[in-house]
Amino acid sequence: MANMAQAIRMALHYGEKHLGVKDIFGEDVGPPLGGVFTATQGLTTTWNSPLDERGIIGAAMGLAFAGSRCVAEIQFCDYVFNTIDLLKLAGNQCWASNGDWNMPMTVMTPVGSGIRGSIYHSHSFDAMMTHIPGWKIVMPSNPLDAYGLMIACLKDENPTMYLKPKALLRVDGFDAIPGEPDLTPEGKKKLREMIDKPVVGDTSNWKPQWPVGLTDYTVEIGKGKTVRSGEHVTVVSYGRMLPICAQVADQLLADGISVEVIDMRTLWPYDWNLISESIRKTKRVIFVNEDTEVTNFGEHLLRRTVEELFFELEARPRLIAGAFTPGVGLADPLEMACVPQHREVEKMIREVAAERA
Amino acid sequence: MKTQPTKKELSAKPQAAVRENTAPASTLASPKTQFRLDTKLLTQIHDYMVQARVMEERLIRMYKQNQGYFWLGGPGEESFQVPLGLQIHKGMGPDYDYMHFHYRAGAPMLVMGMDPMDAMRQMQNTATDPFSGGRNFASHYSKREWNVVPVTSTIETQYLTAIGSAIAQKRHGGKGITIVTGGDAGTAEGDFASCLVWSSRPGNELPILIIVTNNKFGISTPAATQHGEKLISDRGKAFGIKSKTINGLDVEESWFELKEAMDYVRNERKPFLLEVNVSRLYGHSSATGANLVAGEEDPITTFESKLEKAGILTRQEMDSLREKYTTEMLDMSKRVKEEPMPDPETIYDNTFKGQKGRYW
Repeated sequence: MANMAQAIRMALHYGEKHLGVKDIFGEDVGPPLGGVFTATQGLTTTWNSPLDERGIIGAAMGLAFAGSRCVAEIQFCDYVFNTIDLLKLAGNQCWASNGDWNMPMTVMTPVGSGIRGSIYHSHSFDAMMTHIPGWKIVMPSNPLDAYGLMIACLKDENPTMYLKPKALLRVDGFDAIPGEPDLTPEGKKKLREMIDKPVVGDTSNWKPQWPVGLTDYTVEIGKGKTVRSGEHVTVVSYGRMLPICAQVADQLLADGISVEVIDMRTLWPYDWNLISESIRKTKRVIFVNEDTEVTNFGEHLLRRTVEELFFELEARPRLIAGAFTPGVGLADPLEMACVPQHREVEKMIREVAAERA
Repeated sequence: MKTQPTKKELSAKPQAAVRENTAPASTLASPKTQFRLDTKLLTQIHDYMVQARVMEERLIRMYKQNQGYFWLGGPGEESFQVPLGLQIHKGMGPDYDYMHFHYRAGAPMLVMGMDPMDAMRQMQNTATDPFSGGRNFASHYSKREWNVVPVTSTIETQYLTAIGSAIAQKRHGGKGITIVTGGDAGTAEGDFASCLVWSSRPGNELPILIIVTNNKFGISTPAATQHGEKLISDRGKAFGIKSKTINGLDVEESWFELKEAMDYVRNERKPFLLEVNVSRLYGHSSATGANLVAGEEDPITTFESKLEKAGILTRQEMDSLREKYTTEMLDMSKRVKEEPMPDPETIYDNTFKGQKGRYW
């Protein structure tokens, strides 16, 4: 019953051991902290970098040029914005060299709200990142996918952006990661004792005991997943908003509203076949994410829905997204108002389901 | 095309010119110039310098004759760039040197074996352009087989990517180093400071030769109006990086200072910051007209004068060499005209490794 941070850590361990990962680095990524969310604790190839995001991305690119596979972390996506030109470069080196160079590198960064992170620890990055061609972009919503998507990134020969929904990093999974202890409270305790660095005491000689049965369980990049099957409305989401959508779908069943929930898992290239087939079936769709609503990635999906499926729709397609504000406010009522909440998703689904064709 | 010098030639100890002076008495008013490099290498350097200059001037003409959209390159830097190219350990992978060039690297590319016609293909954006398939500006070279990473227009980002290949080489061991080149104006970008910080982390020093070619301008802006530091190389001292400023218009000074710096980086596995004063003979690029700029020292003129005085080459030999390359490159540019432009159907190709056509 690993949480997402543990799942990422185990996948990185697998990557170090079996997939040729030689450097996992960034600010406070190495000992003693092992990442501000502990996702890199106990790994053998981690190291701390200067406090320099441009240096981090540039170094990752240079390692990729040298054929040395790495995972670079930007501590919060709020601090990745001064590297946009580098992300653009990393995404275009294969194209610019007409296929001569490719960039096997992974960048991971925590995204989104949910931990009361104020203006500079709550931003989303999906809208911005999906504007940069040449990257494969993933965002898990649960620990099992977090593991499998990381493995997929570490196998890919292209730049991969791994967006970590920070509000979900401590949420336990319901599906077993192959090799982890039993999905029981005892199993969870055991895993914690094995791979979580003790919070107190002398930890200078601490080493993790990695589960021996970890595999290369892979979630294929570009493949979404239908997490709830339904007939009346399709809800397409990812990351932090996905569990909320699934929760609302479960709740609405009691009212006779059958919601199909799709977890995109990969933002680019995305699984349009899965999405479009579902929309064709339900004829109603809502796209849900927490990034700001203007030039939101969901707007692209809306555009494609309108252009390709317009005459099959029985209700206006909708987007639920974050408010277009300069930041996410810290005070509880402000954060709740800045990013979508359970009640808005429920209200919108009811509205779309009830809309007359 | 010339081939690169052998290891024996590269390691040749400095020596006086050995060829007897056969120039007419009228050109020997000054005492015979003494060179430390041997004659064979000097003539080879001269050959490459002329070839590089003629190539750039052909590229400029191509631009001015609408055979391309934009020109920028390195006329005025040949006296440094050719010795650089000759001392690069060319190959693929961490055992060899990684080059993070900026956009004035035509001369070292020629020395490494580039066909000048390929530079013309990129100028004309043909499908046959081996560096970008018609997608990028002139002088934006890229060649994986030689560890030349794609040149970018985002000046100074190469000082960041250099960090990564140097990390890989530090771990790998051997003698391969990372070489990064950029201009003086770009050192105002934080990326240059990043390179100094990352390459000098205590206990993790990196084998990077950090080169700044200083032509005293950022496009149209004089460096003196923007930079208070006396020498750019002084910035390396704060990080404990061995640093030096040299006259890049002098072939031999360039050769020996490069050798010393490269030897240090190769053997000590630590960074070296080399500031190289150079000329900018045709301005920044076609953005400033690509016309000959008065008052800039031409390193070929300087070098040829010395060669002539030393009796290593005659004026006639040097004129003939230039004429030969001029004729050859004019012919190349004509042949490039006949080559196909890229197929618009290919715009999505290679967005990802090996990917062809639209993928979404």
